[in-house]
Amino acid sequence: MIFSVHVEVRLRPGIADPQGSTIERAMPTLGFAGVSGVRVGKSIRFEIDAADEASARAEAEDLCRRFLTNPVIEDAIVELEPAGVAS
Amino acid sequence: MSSRVGVVVFPGSNCEQDMLEAMRLVGGEPELLWHGDATVNGVDAVIVPGGFAHGDYLRPGAIARFSPVMSAVAEFAAAGGPVVGICNGFQVLTEAGLLPGALQKNAGLKFVCAPAQLRVETTNSVLTRAADKGAVLSIPINHFEGNYTCDAETLAQLRDEDRIVLRYVVNPNGSVDDIAGVCNEGRNVVGLMPHPERSTSELLGSTDGLPLLRSLLSV
Repeated sequence: MIFSVHVEVRLRPGIADPQGSTIERAMPTLGFAGVSGVRVGKSIRFEIDAADEASARAEAEDLCRRFLTNPVIEDAIVELEPAGVAS
Repeated sequence: MSSRVGVVVFPGSNCEQDMLEAMRLVGGEPELLWHGDATVNGVDAVIVPGGFAHGDYLRPGAIARFSPVMSAVAEFAAAGGPVVGICNGFQVLTEAGLLPGALQKNAGLKFVCAPAQLRVETTNSVLTRAADKGAVLSIPINHFEGNYTCDAETLAQLRDEDRIVLRYVVNPNGSVDDIAGVCNEGRNVVGLMPHPERSTSELLGSTDGLPLLRSLLSV
């Protein structure tokens, strides 16, 4: 069964985010005065062929841990659904 | 006396030729090690040079750590062999788990290319044993992601075990505790952001990289 996977890679809480803070500092000059807490991450999409949702999730999470994130500074949110479902 | 020095080349490495020349200058016999070959070819020391291995895609070092040569480098390091990662090489060694911590984008998001003043914090490492403790060396940095970071526990351990090898006199990139270079527990694996191979001649503005490169030859 094919699953569509969306991984959001984020800097872990407490890790400084120079990109996020630079973007945040630029916002008032554009008139966006009330925006705060900007954090920049990565969005990665792929498909996994697996027997069921649990094994697809386990594989995606293993992939995140070993490759897609650097666990020293990043973590990931894995979203997954059977391929072909409109999203 | 070790003299054969392997310089690892990934697609996107760009400091390997400078390193060959620098190692020859200090009396070593350098050779290139291709990333796709799972061997360090019996050399006495390994250098992972600067550049943009595999285009720095995903994260600097994230893909390079899976290159076949890295399993041989890890084995060599585990057996006590001297391994030094410079700039992108430092990023590769942290991604490979041979050194603690990680290198983030510079604070201020500036690519910094400038001479840096570095203090030698310990001479108990393969890169500093021929240097003088407390000496200040002028060696250039050239990076966007050199902001060393690690958790508080790791930092305490690095301090307690005298594993912070080099510190910036003036912090150029936001690195925690002004860290420019660290070593592993065995003190045979060292990573640093500055480029000692670019400080090997008065014509280049400094010869302060020489004692570091000589250290690698004096096992």
